[in-house]
Amino acid sequence: MTKTKKEKNNSVGVVETKLFTFAGQLNLVSGEKLGPVTLAYETYGSLNKDKSNAILVLHALSGDAHAAGIYNGQTDTGWWEDLIGPGKAFDTNRYFMICSNVIGGCKGSTGPSSVNPAMGKPYALDFPFITVADMVEAQRHLIDHLGIEKLLCVAGGSMGGMQVLQWVASYPERVKSAIPIATTLKHSPQQIAFNEVIRQSIMADPAWREGNYYEYGQPEKGLSVARMIGHITFMSDQSMEEKFSRRLKSDHFSFGFDADFEVEGYLRYRGANFVKRFDANSYLYITKAIDYFDLSGGKLIPHGKTIDTRFLIISFKSDWLYPPHQSQDIVRALKRRHVDATYCELTTTYGHDAFLIEVEEQTTLIKHFLDKTFNGYLVTGHYGN
Amino acid sequence: METENIHLDHQVIFSIIEPASRVLDLGCGEGELLYPLVRDKHVRAQGIELDDKSIQECVKKGLSVFHDDIESGLREYPDNSFDYVILNQSMQQVKKVDGVIQESLRIGTKVIVGFPNFAYIKSRFSLFLHGKSPVTKSLPYLWYDTPNVRFLSITDFKTFCAEKKIRIVEAHYLGEKEVVRFLPNLFALNAIFVLTNKMMRQG
Repeated sequence: MTKTKKEKNNSVGVVETKLFTFAGQLNLVSGEKLGPVTLAYETYGSLNKDKSNAILVLHALSGDAHAAGIYNGQTDTGWWEDLIGPGKAFDTNRYFMICSNVIGGCKGSTGPSSVNPAMGKPYALDFPFITVADMVEAQRHLIDHLGIEKLLCVAGGSMGGMQVLQWVASYPERVKSAIPIATTLKHSPQQIAFNEVIRQSIMADPAWREGNYYEYGQPEKGLSVARMIGHITFMSDQSMEEKFSRRLKSDHFSFGFDADFEVEGYLRYRGANFVKRFDANSYLYITKAIDYFDLSGGKLIPHGKTIDTRFLIISFKSDWLYPPHQSQDIVRALKRRHVDATYCELTTTYGHDAFLIEVEEQTTLIKHFLDKTFNGYLVTGHYGN
Repeated sequence: METENIHLDHQVIFSIIEPASRVLDLGCGEGELLYPLVRDKHVRAQGIELDDKSIQECVKKGLSVFHDDIESGLREYPDNSFDYVILNQSMQQVKKVDGVIQESLRIGTKVIVGFPNFAYIKSRFSLFLHGKSPVTKSLPYLWYDTPNVRFLSITDFKTFCAEKKIRIVEAHYLGEKEVVRFLPNLFALNAIFVLTNKMMRQG
């Protein structure tokens, strides 16, 4: 994969994050209430007259509202830059793209690092436990606020894919099509186990201070180890071999505990970077939310209900964190209910990270699936070719 | 329907299928059969296909496809999910043929099976006169690179249906460019059967 100048030309350009605060309180699945709630969100492209071209993209565990483009004076592009922009899979010349930061997050939406209005200081562990359904409920308020009755599509990978599935479970009549990528109907014991190790590494750091670290700074050691664990699970055996092999950072072993191997250096760098941008308590709350996620056993489509949401389900052969068999479980649930769906397992070596990368096949599938959903006719010009 | 560039077997299957019906195509390839059915007969189509490049082509045509193999891809469907289940030129590549046909009959009202006839006259000559495994227009592969694992004749298939008490509703026998009416087991390259195990009113 090469990044070329051409890609810069088809960026959505300079964007800004907006804030939406809704009155009242969210009734959470846990039984607790949260409010007032603010959502940070970005939009790209423009909403058409009949408001039929809106696509909500949903971010993964450590993502945010910044899915595409750059902020004024900065160079960092959005997390789905490869897929969102003029002429890309999510073509902003045709579609109105929306992305919001989840509740529980730390990038502008209400989360444990937000100020608790009742106390005048960050919520920390007073923040109520949230679920993926609560995240979707908050997004529903935003979609109402934007005046959109029916979304053309909800799309996302990993935890974003869980929100996609939750949107269908909660509001099937408001979702014309759904693209869950590299995701699952329910978190498996292996996935919960990784998240538990991640949480324990944060909470084992004395600097975590039972969550009350905001005056002192992040529990850097614990959080960076947590992120290192995550990064191992995002890659594949092959992608690590290709990226690092056993290459050394210098030309000899240190015979010490410095980072000898490039892979060690990479993980340390990723961990150290993460503590600068992500709140430790948010990581705890959000990992817990996805551990609670379970739409198996007929919960995806309520009994007796028929839905006309179309599905495009994508998995990646080398993804061992959210392996293809979990996507096949989604397919099986849809077959039982006669839902119009396409499933494709793509061959890449990128592991779980593949959904964030411009994989040509993924782009083709999304582009044509949306074309068919939006235009409602068969894509012409292919027959007899 | 445009008839140019369309295989005779596709034309026959196209004409069998009622408009606006629910169709499942097992081993749908690039959607060559499903696409005109959706476009011209407005069927509700679903394909199952193992080759990921073919799936890309189907999605480009606006078709819905599952990346799966035929043998494990049917289990979840409730009974009578489809009006037609198509097994065209894919049955001979399946190991558990009986299981797939029984499952197809369970989930579909009618099952359309199309396969190459191994007892075609040129195949017989090839074996009898030259002592060589036949290579014909409908069985174009050499013995070492064929995807086919089942080799059957029209008579074999009729015997199979009789033994399994599967009712043959229609039979079509195809030559290179036209329908074969005389001694099909000898002169047909391909056969298309419409099967059912459902009780239904005719006409």
